Amino acid sequence: MDNESVMENKHTEHIHRDDVGSKMGMWLFLFTELILFGGMFILYAGYRFMYADSFRVAAMRLDTVVGTVNTILLLTSSLTAVLSLAAIQKKQKLFSMYLLVFTIVCGGAFLINKYFEWSTKIHHGFYPRGPEMADLPDGEVVFYGLYYVMTGLHALHVIVGMVFLTFMLVFVYKEKITFDNSQKLENAGLYWHLVDIIWIFLFPLFYLIH
Amino acid sequence: MNEVSYLKYEGKHNGLAGWLLSTDHKRIGVMYLAAMIVFFLTAVVFGLLMKFEMLTPGRTIMGPQTYNTLFTLHGVMMIFLFIIPGLPAIFGNFFLPIMLGAKDVAFPRINLLSWYFYIIGALMILASLLFGGGPIDTGWTFYVPYSLRTGTNVTFAVFAAFVLGFSSILTGLNFITTIHRMRAPGMNWFRMPLFAWGLYATAWIQLLATPILGITLLLIMLERIFGIGIFDPALGGDPLLYQHMFWIYSHPAVYIMILPAMGLVSEIIPTFSKKNIFGYGPIAMSSLAIAFVGYLVWGHHMFSTGISDTSRAIFSLLTFLVAIPSGVKVFNWVATLYKGSIDLRPPLLFVLIFIILFSIGGLTGLVLGSLNTDIHLTDTYFVVAHFHYVMFGGMGTLFFAALHYWFPKMFGKMYNEKIAAIGAWTFAIGFNVLYFPMFILGYLGMPRRYYDYLPEFRNLHVISTIGSWIMVTGIFIIVINLLKGFLKKEMITDINPWGGTTLEWTVPTPPPVENFDKIPVITRGPYERDEHK
Repeated sequence: MDNESVMENKHTEHIHRDDVGSKMGMWLFLFTELILFGGMFILYAGYRFMYADSFRVAAMRLDTVVGTVNTILLLTSSLTAVLSLAAIQKKQKLFSMYLLVFTIVCGGAFLINKYFEWSTKIHHGFYPRGPEMADLPDGEVVFYGLYYVMTGLHALHVIVGMVFLTFMLVFVYKEKITFDNSQKLENAGLYWHLVDIIWIFLFPLFYLIH
Repeated sequence: MNEVSYLKYEGKHNGLAGWLLSTDHKRIGVMYLAAMIVFFLTAVVFGLLMKFEMLTPGRTIMGPQTYNTLFTLHGVMMIFLFIIPGLPAIFGNFFLPIMLGAKDVAFPRINLLSWYFYIIGALMILASLLFGGGPIDTGWTFYVPYSLRTGTNVTFAVFAAFVLGFSSILTGLNFITTIHRMRAPGMNWFRMPLFAWGLYATAWIQLLATPILGITLLLIMLERIFGIGIFDPALGGDPLLYQHMFWIYSHPAVYIMILPAMGLVSEIIPTFSKKNIFGYGPIAMSSLAIAFVGYLVWGHHMFSTGISDTSRAIFSLLTFLVAIPSGVKVFNWVATLYKGSIDLRPPLLFVLIFIILFSIGGLTGLVLGSLNTDIHLTDTYFVVAHFHYVMFGGMGTLFFAALHYWFPKMFGKMYNEKIAAIGAWTFAIGFNVLYFPMFILGYLGMPRRYYDYLPEFRNLHVISTIGSWIMVTGIFIIVINLLKGFLKKEMITDINPWGGTTLEWTVPTPPPVENFDKIPVITRGPYERDEHK
């Protein structure tokens, strides 16, 4: 201990702020989210291999148009999310807030779409233990199981992302997020892109591959 | 303000709230310790009752359903509440920032949040005993389809494990960021204490493996509530896929348990042999190697389930590979002791017990890792003996080592070293009398998880049960001795009672709130001594 010199710590008086650390923590959290969904993708791969024909048949019943609209909504919202960060860094507070509002509205539209899509399916009896399911082959039951769990879990993440972004909106308004202190907004944006990229994989796996 | 020890500090909140709302990593570490000792001792009692049941063939004190419940709870509590979080959550929290020369972890509030997740998860497990269908009886593995059919509180208990997973992930996330961002000036990666390396490797596994368990447990809940068909064979699901998913997490979890413990050994051995560690680089790298290879060996839990021969051969080969970095560690530890000036104090005694127990556990692991012997031994007492040697003999013994090593620093009190040594010997003897006969029982064909057995197994079961009494006596002596030390009035102020060289031995005893008045600048390796300069 004697041969350790000590140095004046310059940062003692400041509130500890480490943007790089904060971003790193966010990325690590995103890894865990990717692996959470990764588990579902493994199951999807396993069952697709096991029940190739049933998956094809079941996928035909999903509405590609609704899926496409939702894809466009999420991709656009990802763009506006990153633009809102760029805007605040250029000191355009109001524009940044408009972009955030637009992003949140897109998320809401996605959920409304999803709601109608699910309720149509449920109305026709295609849901776990639903009236149509008893007659379906095993593979199709598993397909719908995966469909509901994966899109449901994704929708849950959309909701969390929207809450996250709403907080950011308030922070921008109250100027807790400013041009030189925008790491929070960047982290929220990263989360929103995660929601987006998971959908980019869900969309072809359920709606496009027939 | 930094004169005051973390135990005495009074801030915005005082008394109990001063602890429950504190984001001080040291207080959080102590809160984990308090909670964990309660859960650990509860699970010990469950184990003791199980061993008592095995004293005679047929019913001794309980029927099969109670026995099923007990081994499930014993497993769930020991694994999710004690072995997995044990060293990182208690000693990692308390000492990682100090060892790195930092004032706290990177995200102190998330750290407190993860303690609450831990407590909520633990209370939910305990609550699942009391209502509805009654305590779970699936075994800690929650294998489908039984976990989907049983009427017991599986949904609730599984959700509890899910919440505990959050706690684990957040701790891992915190430690990785802390290690990357908060090291004191001059502390490059290879001047970091080896305990920090162990925690670093562990944190990555916590982060990258736990979500798989999370989603798997979530699916069990959804399967039970909605009947989604993903794991239920009656609806087209595949139970084998469940087992894959479960072990993709739960095998790496084994290394979550042992890597920080191995890091601890690398702290204690240089301190008590008054010598620089032998092979710092290989020890640090072997932690990462174990973490990496350990991620790819889960299939060895499924050798007898009918998975393909090719995958079995690959999993078996990879399993053998883990022995290499583990061996590297053991040889380096022994080489550090060689020609050292050995001071056999209680922490080192526990470490030596660990090396022997863990070696027995590790070598019998190779027997289970080879394909043909595993077919004979799978699901027998041999497996039970093996994982108790590596888990309890490994992490459990080192948990005691950590307590005895850091106790004076944490509380500024000292326990009776002579009684600690007696406790350690009693524990070690009892441990072997308890678990070694299980290897023989398993080899002879005694299956695990039965409350009953054939009369010819009687003698070995009786020896094992007597061993459980000796071992619990040892644990009792250890715990009471520490408790007496804790309740002592007289404080010690010696900042370095063992002659350690890492940073926690440079701060006052017990450490002040902000750890360091001035952040130290590091100019040497963690175990270099003055004589070597």
